[in-house]
Amino acid sequence: MEAAALKGRPTCTSRILNSVSTPLLAIGPAPLALERLAEALAADTAGQSGADGAVVTFLGLVRNHNLGRRVRYLEYEAYEPLALKAFERIAAEIAERWPAARVALHHRVGKLEIGEASVAIAARSPHRGDAYAACRYAIERVKQIAPIWKREFFEGGDVWIEGATADPDNQQARAEAERVACA
Amino acid sequence: MRVTVRLFARLRDIAGAAELARELAPGATIGDVWRQLAHEFPELASYERSISSAVNADYAKMDQVVGDGDEVAFLPPVSGG
Repeated sequence: MEAAALKGRPTCTSRILNSVSTPLLAIGPAPLALERLAEALAADTAGQSGADGAVVTFLGLVRNHNLGRRVRYLEYEAYEPLALKAFERIAAEIAERWPAARVALHHRVGKLEIGEASVAIAARSPHRGDAYAACRYAIERVKQIAPIWKREFFEGGDVWIEGATADPDNQQARAEAERVACA
Repeated sequence: MRVTVRLFARLRDIAGAAELARELAPGATIGDVWRQLAHEFPELASYERSISSAVNADYAKMDQVVGDGDEVAFLPPVSGG
């Protein structure tokens, strides 16, 4: 049900659905809720094992100012099937770097008002250090490689925000995300 | 052969369309598709060095050969989060 609400294509989301039906990875227009991500992580095999000691969450919000401009609202657009694959890649990188940690990652698209959440991430692991690092790594990598764009509507105009050239094979970018995560 | 081109964010605004159908010679690469578009929409040319590309919703390099019916996407620098 949740997957449908998040407008996931069944073929893309079915293999990442878990037993409580909230996908670990998702992109769509539905409002975000951190509790659902934490629940999704708690429901998997590792989550049920009792071995975890930490959940770290991150919620990215639309703020009312950017580079001296007074922001009115944002519009997010994504290449959704590729965004889901980018999220899968990020989760796999985390599994490689922090084998005991898992992440859930949901990103929103469409018009978002000031104060609304655009991205929600939860990371869970036996010890807090790995959960903090995995959570930070996930948001850094989203900003580097997820095919998502925000259009900023501010007082006086609007502009597409353009950040990093998305290149999942750029090892320098990946190393930088890891450096920030472990700082 | 025929491919579907997907454009996002500012690239879409410049071309005035999110999706375009284009005819290509056999053996054409993603780069060939891009150059054809940049010729058609000169404002795209400034993105030459900052775009990413994808074929059938997988990241791909510009020298990859495209096939009939492929979906070729061009992505300006991203700004998620």
